[in-house]
Formats: sequence, structure tokens, C-alpha cells
Amino acid sequence: MNLFLDALAWIGDPTNWQGSTSIPVRIGEHLFYTVLAVLAASIIAIPLGWLIGHTGRGREIAVGISGAARALPSFGLLFLFVMLAGVLLRGPSTVLVLVLLAIPPILAGAYAGLEVIDRRVIDAARSMGMTEWQILWRVEVPLGLPLLMGGLRSGTLQVVATAVLAAFVNLGGLGLPIVEGIALRDYDRMLGAAMLIIALALLLDALFAVLERYAVPRGVRARRAPELRTAAPRRRAAAETPATT
Amino acid sequence: MIEFRSISKTFPGGTTAVDDFSLVIPSHRTTVFVGSSGCGKTTLLRMINRMVDASSGDLEIDGENVSTIDPVRLRRRIGYVMQNSGLLPHRTVIDNIATVPRLNGVPRKDAHERALQLMDTVGLDRSMAERYPSQLSGGQQQRVGVARGLAVDPNILLMDEPFGAVDPIVRAELQQELLRLQRELGKTVVFVTHDIDEAFLLGDQVVILEKGARIAQKGTPEEILANPASDFVASFVGADRGKRALSIREIDGARVLVDADGTVAGRLVEAGPS
Repeated sequence: MNLFLDALAWIGDPTNWQGSTSIPVRIGEHLFYTVLAVLAASIIAIPLGWLIGHTGRGREIAVGISGAARALPSFGLLFLFVMLAGVLLRGPSTVLVLVLLAIPPILAGAYAGLEVIDRRVIDAARSMGMTEWQILWRVEVPLGLPLLMGGLRSGTLQVVATAVLAAFVNLGGLGLPIVEGIALRDYDRMLGAAMLIIALALLLDALFAVLERYAVPRGVRARRAPELRTAAPRRRAAAETPATT
Repeated sequence: MIEFRSISKTFPGGTTAVDDFSLVIPSHRTTVFVGSSGCGKTTLLRMINRMVDASSGDLEIDGENVSTIDPVRLRRRIGYVMQNSGLLPHRTVIDNIATVPRLNGVPRKDAHERALQLMDTVGLDRSMAERYPSQLSGGQQQRVGVARGLAVDPNILLMDEPFGAVDPIVRAELQQELLRLQRELGKTVVFVTHDIDEAFLLGDQVVILEKGARIAQKGTPEEILANPASDFVASFVGADRGKRALSIREIDGARVLVDADGTVAGRLVEAGPS
């Protein structure tokens, strides 16, 4: 218990809140890498996920690649990239590792969000005369938003936890006090930084929990709870489905 | 007028849903496709608004071949009502009804005004305008679906088992509403059902389909009942049994009609001036 109190004391120490190596600076660096990685991953994964979800094609490939990407060891990958790209490019290398980490959950959230939509709703939208773009933007994206938010949430959490790696290539972040702590056998510092990372993760998680809730369209939220779980089995999303009468 | 000329449809899997189908659907009348599951009736319907494209043959609407019309433009001028209404769950009733006019660029205010009128037309209380589909009963959702189908005042209204998922009492009510609407509006309605009673009730022209969308018989309900073209038709419409096989029995000089189960169906009277 003493250890935790000492860690808290380290966090509370005013000298750790000033200067260029202070806690706020480290939090800023940590958040900077996190936001950058999640943004870049979103730019890649959301359009791709929507494409897969809208067309119903390429799902197997996406699942396969996502699964493989999840299994990649981030730490090993980081050193591989730094060695390949050179030490000068260690910033981009670090972000790239985090992006690779964030892509699978965001991709899954994006396409799963579209996939769980009742096919009859999309069929109706198309038969009313919506173009494919209109179906995507006016029907699929709003209805798929909650699951996309879920994907962003889990992606962000993984990145925030893994951004510690930045410190190992001397890029700061909240991993740095941990790395320093190991070298100096300064357990207060290690534990304090770890606690800050956990707090940051919980904070971001709470933020996304709220966003996720607000992402549920009103008409869907108004639905009685049991019906929320009855997602229709997926059929092909192509314009020509065989008649089911 | 909608004309099918030697239409066939084979799906990528190899199933032939429609095999050499030809039919003329007259304007301002209700034509009902009726048949059992998998006979191709929904495929026929969906060919009219190009939700399905024919593998071969021509389909013309008022002399215009549909394959030459952009599907999106075609669909926006044809009303479509489907089973389970297919309403957009994230939009209110009024926005659902106004969807297609809005896509066509009608200002929001005008589209909403028209939507409110349509709610009156289909017998929905205006107070429901701001509700979401999930807050309505099945019958109410179906009414919204019909209103949406009518929103651009289309000449053609396609209805794919629109009353299939509501309970019998509500269904009977909706059928009567549709008859009333059709008397007022005189649309070219193409209606798909597997229920022969519904077909006979609503159809000016009834087309009984066998597998592969082969026409077993077409005609008015009277013609079909009077002269079933085959044993299949006779058994499908139930001409030889149940409440359609009526016999005359004389009781105290009056003639009453009795159905095959022995239940009294009514009394035979001289036809009045019609």
C-alpha cells in the first residue's frame, strides 16, 4: 500500500508539474501520438469498412488481415520499423505501429455497423430511388454509427495503452517516466506514470461511452429494449436479391 | 400500362425464377399476382422498378422500355410498399413519408405539408407525425408505408405482400382502406400476395402463378371462379370446397346457400338493379 501512496506522492509532487519534462508535457505527448494514430487509422479504416459493409464484399479478407494485424507484436514491430527506416524517422515509425494497432477495431466497427442493419431497410431505401451514395450517407452511416463509435473506443484504448512504446525510442509520452523508473529503480515514478496511463485510458473510455450513447439515432433508442437485440440475419447487399416470397 | 414481353429471369445461382412471362397490366386498375412461395411473383414485381433486371425479354411502361430508364429515376416515380413497411428507423413518420419528395428536391416545408395530407389520406392521425416507426403498431407502420408509396403521386404503386405481417383484423381493415383509396385515386396497382382471398378482394385482374411465374390463369375473380382453367387453379382458389363451394338448399320455400362444410352462407335473392 505504501508503494501506491509513494506513487501518488510522485504524481502530486509540484516539481513534477513544471518544466519541459513535467507530467503535463508527457500527457500531451502521449495524447498527441494517440490522437494522431487514431485519426490516421480512421482515415484508412472507416472508408474501407463502409465500402466492405455497403457492398458486402471483401469481408473475409478484411477479417483475415485484421486478425493477423491484431496478433502482431507492437514492440517488435516498432524496432523493426525503426531499424528499417532509420532513427531519424522513429516518430513516423512509432505512429505507424499505433495506426496498425488501431485499424482492426475501427475497421470492424465500421463494417459491422453497416452489416447489422436490417436488409429490408436498405432494400426499401433502394427501391424508393435512393442512389448508392444516399443509401450510404442517409441510412447506413447514421444507423451504423453506434458500432463505429464502439470500434473507435476500443481502438483508442489500445493505442493509449501501447503509446508507452514511444518512450523506448526516446519520443517521450507517459512511457518515459516508466522507462526512466526502470533505469533508476525509481518505483514511485514507474507506478505513478502507470497510474496516469490508466487514468487517461479510463477517461477516454468514459468519453467514448458518452459519445457512443449519443450516436444511437433517436428512433432506434426509442425502440423497446428486447427488439434491439433482434438483428436480422444478413443477406447479400447487392441490388439483385432473389425474391423471398 | 405495363407490358411484360417474354420476360425471363435466371439468378446467378442458376435458379430460373421467371420463365418466358408475358402480360399486359392495364392502367388505373389493380392487378394481383398470386401464387405460393417461390413462384416468382415478387421477382416479377421488382422487375417493374428495376430492383431486378430481366435476363431476357422486354418490359415496357407506357411504351417506354424500362431498361432504357435510369433505375434511380424510374424508382422515384413508382410507389413501392413492402412487407414490414421498410421504414427508416432513424426518421420520424413525417420524414419517412417525405423521403422521396425530399430526394427530388422538394423544399422541406412543402414536402412536410404534403406528408401531413397523405397521413389524412391513409387514415393516420396527424399527431403521430413526430413519432418514430418503432413507436407505432404494425398496422400503423403499414399505413405509413402506403403514404410513403404515394408521396410523389406516382401513377404506379407496387405492393409486395404489404399486409402479410399484420394480424387478420388489421389486415381486413387495411384491405378496405386500400379499396377506398383505389376508388379515390385510381392508380395502376400491382399487388403481390399468396392469399387468394386477398387477391379476389382487391384485384380487378388476378393472375394466378405457378412455379417459374407461369400463368396458370388470369382474369377477373368471377371468371376464374366460374371457369377454373385447370385442376391446379381449382384447388388453389378452392372452387370445389369450403366456403367457395356453395349449394342451394330449400327451406320453407326460401332458398338458402350452404357451403361445403354445411354452414349457412346466406340467402339467395333476385339480383336488384345494379
